[in-house]
Amino acid sequence: MTQSGFSFPIIRSAGLNGMLVTFADALSEPSNRATLAFCEAVKTRAWPGVQEVSTSLASVFLRFESEVLRHDALKDLLWALLDEQDWQQAALPAGRRLWRVPTVFGTELAPQLAEAADAAGMTEAQAIESLGSARVRVLTIGFAPGQPYLGPLGEEWNLPRQTELTPQVPIGALVLAISQFVLFATTAPTGWRHVGQTGFRGFQLGADDPIALRPGDEMIFTPVSRSDYDRYCLADSHFGGASREEIPA
Amino acid sequence: MSALKTLRIGPLASIQDQGRPGQLQQGVSCSGAADLLALAEGAALLRQSADLAALEMAGIGGLFEATGSVRIALTGAPMQASLDGEPLAWNASHQMQAGQKLEIGAARNGVYGYLHLGGGIDSEVLLGARSAHLMSGLGKPIAVGDLLPCGPDRTREVGLGLLAEDRFRGGALRIVEGFQADLFDAETRARFANTAFKRGSRANRMGVEMVSEGAGFAAAGQLNILSEVILPGDVQMTGDGKPFVLLREAQTTGGYPRVGTVLPCDLSKVAQAQAGTDLHFTWVTLEEGLAIQAKHDAMVKALPSHCKPLLRDPAMMQDLLSYQLVGGVISAQADPFETGDNT
Repeated sequence: MTQSGFSFPIIRSAGLNGMLVTFADALSEPSNRATLAFCEAVKTRAWPGVQEVSTSLASVFLRFESEVLRHDALKDLLWALLDEQDWQQAALPAGRRLWRVPTVFGTELAPQLAEAADAAGMTEAQAIESLGSARVRVLTIGFAPGQPYLGPLGEEWNLPRQTELTPQVPIGALVLAISQFVLFATTAPTGWRHVGQTGFRGFQLGADDPIALRPGDEMIFTPVSRSDYDRYCLADSHFGGASREEIPA
Repeated sequence: MSALKTLRIGPLASIQDQGRPGQLQQGVSCSGAADLLALAEGAALLRQSADLAALEMAGIGGLFEATGSVRIALTGAPMQASLDGEPLAWNASHQMQAGQKLEIGAARNGVYGYLHLGGGIDSEVLLGARSAHLMSGLGKPIAVGDLLPCGPDRTREVGLGLLAEDRFRGGALRIVEGFQADLFDAETRARFANTAFKRGSRANRMGVEMVSEGAGFAAAGQLNILSEVILPGDVQMTGDGKPFVLLREAQTTGGYPRVGTVLPCDLSKVAQAQAGTDLHFTWVTLEEGLAIQAKHDAMVKALPSHCKPLLRDPAMMQDLLSYQLVGGVISAQADPFETGDNT
């Protein structure tokens, strides 16, 4: 079912020199899988005139030089590529990593866990059990450098954004809304609920790899005590004790 | 290498260049100078690459002392400028010697003025560009005592002037329909183009608020659309249907619906509009938009050939000053797209 009545996928122009291939108008695992796989396929084709390929939750965006590659010609290339396989069933890109991130849920470090648990109809302990065992995917990176949208979480976490903005959450804040987490890579205001706190810095200028995560990576936010969290952060000021392993292709 | 030392500076002055295109997948905003045309003009006046960095000054300039011989150019929002007390023409290149002081005052029209150095500002490259992007922790506002170091300058020519396109007084913004345009009904889209807007009080390098009389421009299903890629120029409607034109420093994704995208060549006009300036939107087709942008790109390419020696006669200098600084009187009459050989 779709909200808009479109038959997906759809291809639409974006601005003067952009094209957007959209796989769904609601987030789902298959539509995000299609997005990641199709993005990789477009990059591999390296069509002359294409300057940039990126993904959002359920779309692939291409920026291109319309003097080199005309809009109609690019649409033809994209439709032909779409027809090559069922992208919702495609294999995820190779080279993905699984990150396990020590996380304090609730306490004064993450003051909105109780309120989120309440909205989801759970006790705090149940919420920590649910959120702390979820294995989520980096659906897209956006808003700020290195900042991941993670999910999808179960339908019980489909909570609306707050109407009021939280003026500021710190770097490493794990916030929740609409069945997704965002792991803040910067200090910013947000309309999402602050349920966990990590020592993970998704963007660290000057590091060998300033942006740690890639779309398709997976993350588990392992509940730890405040004292363990402090110890992890002291020992590892970049990732707060997070571990990383390759996901076999 | 020569440098300018900052003795006094307005708030929110920062080093800017063409920004960081190509890193959307990492969540990195393109960002860069608010008025890209001003970067191109400065580069043309100094006979150097438009990829070099310049100092962007928001509303007010500062006081700078040269540590050595430095070529400079002044572009963008016209500001009062003087070198050791002698008035300097705006939209022009000049020579500074060691110890000389450059004073730049408040903007007379527009918002963002630019100070260019021969060889560009050779500051640290951060994620592929020298542009400050404060929200991302890239760079800092320029502060008193900061040095603006010059890169290698291989040219000596100064004393050139340019009749700059007047984009400091608002007017029409040409816009193409976006991929979410159909979230707005035809009546709303038509009304949008028939509405007289003023630039609102909320504006920064990320986006500019547009205010108007009457009803807002709400989309259907506004609050539950999926976050999607943001392009510079996108016109986003907030919950109450108020338009914001997003600029190059906007975040890379957003969940508010967007009715369309202002052409890149009209974004300088948005960024340079002071609060209260009249603006309105004109729908163009994709084909029309591409043709308009191509004409603009050709004009920018031809800028170096339009830089002419400033007249040195003091009487003429006064004339030139008023002509340049009062601004717009000439260029508002002429079509700047028609003045050049578009080769």
